Amino acid sequence: MPIAALTDVEVDYPRGRALGPFSLSIAAGEIVALVGPSGCGKSTALRLLAGLEAPTRGEVARAPGRGETAVVFQAPTLAPWLSARANAALPLELSGMPKTDAAAQADKALARVGLAGAEAARPAQLSGGMAMRVSLARALVTEPKLLLLDEPFAALDEITRRALADDVLKLWADIRPAIIFVTHNVEEAVYMASRVVVMSAGPGRMVGDIAVAGPLPRPAQFRTTEGFRATAEAVSDALAQGMSGGMAA
Amino acid sequence: MNRLTALLAPTALIAILLGIWEIACRALQVPVYFLAPPSAIGAALAADAPSLVAAAGYTVSNALIALAVASLLAQGLALVVVLSRTLERAVQPITVVLQVTPVIAIAPLVNIWAGTDHPGRAIIALAVIVAFFPIYSGAVTGLKAADPDLMRLFDLYGATPLQRLLRLRAPSAVPFVLEGHKVAAGLAIVGAVVAEFVAGSGKVQGLAWRILDAGYRLQTARMFAALFVLGVMGAVLYTVLQAAERAGLKWWRGR
Repeated sequence: MPIAALTDVEVDYPRGRALGPFSLSIAAGEIVALVGPSGCGKSTALRLLAGLEAPTRGEVARAPGRGETAVVFQAPTLAPWLSARANAALPLELSGMPKTDAAAQADKALARVGLAGAEAARPAQLSGGMAMRVSLARALVTEPKLLLLDEPFAALDEITRRALADDVLKLWADIRPAIIFVTHNVEEAVYMASRVVVMSAGPGRMVGDIAVAGPLPRPAQFRTTEGFRATAEAVSDALAQGMSGGMAA
Repeated sequence: MNRLTALLAPTALIAILLGIWEIACRALQVPVYFLAPPSAIGAALAADAPSLVAAAGYTVSNALIALAVASLLAQGLALVVVLSRTLERAVQPITVVLQVTPVIAIAPLVNIWAGTDHPGRAIIALAVIVAFFPIYSGAVTGLKAADPDLMRLFDLYGATPLQRLLRLRAPSAVPFVLEGHKVAAGLAIVGAVVAEFVAGSGKVQGLAWRILDAGYRLQTARMFAALFVLGVMGAVLYTVLQAAERAGLKWWRGR
């Protein structure tokens, strides 16, 4: 039983088709990377899975209920007037949890992403990487079954994004949500995902669905293995095919 | 540029200009009723100080009352209006007309409505009209300026419209509302002074009345003295509001 599935979805905007026809099924606890060129509808697919948007045609099936889906955007998207704690507690407070309980849960979530001691800091006082961790803590505070990440590390430097990728995998090992993340970075996709879905240039269709062998979370030397290199090449080939509009097997 | 230079440069410039003014008046023997020299203005300031301070107090208190009333009305209306696009469209032409009509043109009308025995009411009403728009427009813009991704998050977690308004849109509007108040404070002074010109200021005489009275008597030095107090008052109010804006933003951002 998939935790979320898109079946032959198409999304039309006034300026033209943004996505589809596109189908994708995600099992519980799976980590799926969505890669594709800019404007291929990756973020649109993510919004469909989050239930934030409805498709023009096709079906969206979602097992998680309200509060069981979390989204992390490309920017940390924190409220500047709230502390890290209050930002992380927001989903719980909106669902009616008393403030003190929500704050306690938020502190735990912040500790989990390595931000113990920074609870009272405001977003303006945090570095880009730390702000992104607060955003992750806010997503994890509800212990979601489905975690959607929309190019969450795109604005960060290479060292920070690698550290955050490892952190996300560690957190995944604790809670085991299904994770779908959008990225432009082939290496990041292969490193983090158990499956890489490659999309063609817009309107996006699936041009590749490539399984990544190996244990999760990844061992330190995973990036240097032959398997990693071969999978990254397969993903790059599928991407190149998608750019030229061809369909992969 | 260090703080000392920042303070010294304008002070030096003003001192030089006043010196030139004084020398020119004496050398060219300019009649005092036409252009009073700075020394005569200084003497008028010293002689009129108690009554000028009282007049400034009257004008500034009217302006501050008007600012408070405009603030309440503008933010209240903005909160109502952002709940409905139709309502916002309906209100827009009225607010724009109020903003673009010169306050001096509506002053006689407001004077009649307030009752000619109550110039204070007319003054406050007119100052409210001019101070209203910057706060209203700042509040409406701010309430609509919430981060769209944060709006999506609120959707995702099933926030109610009230939660969205109080916990996202209203706090997002804070910087815009602070800026609106800073602009409105200066306009409230302008509104109060213009209204005093048209309405008179009853038993207590505001700064505008001082200027008119001195003008009728061709006492240019006293006119300048009143203008000087008016300028200082405006600058002080602007500085206070600017400091309040900075403090507000610091509180909002946490640094």
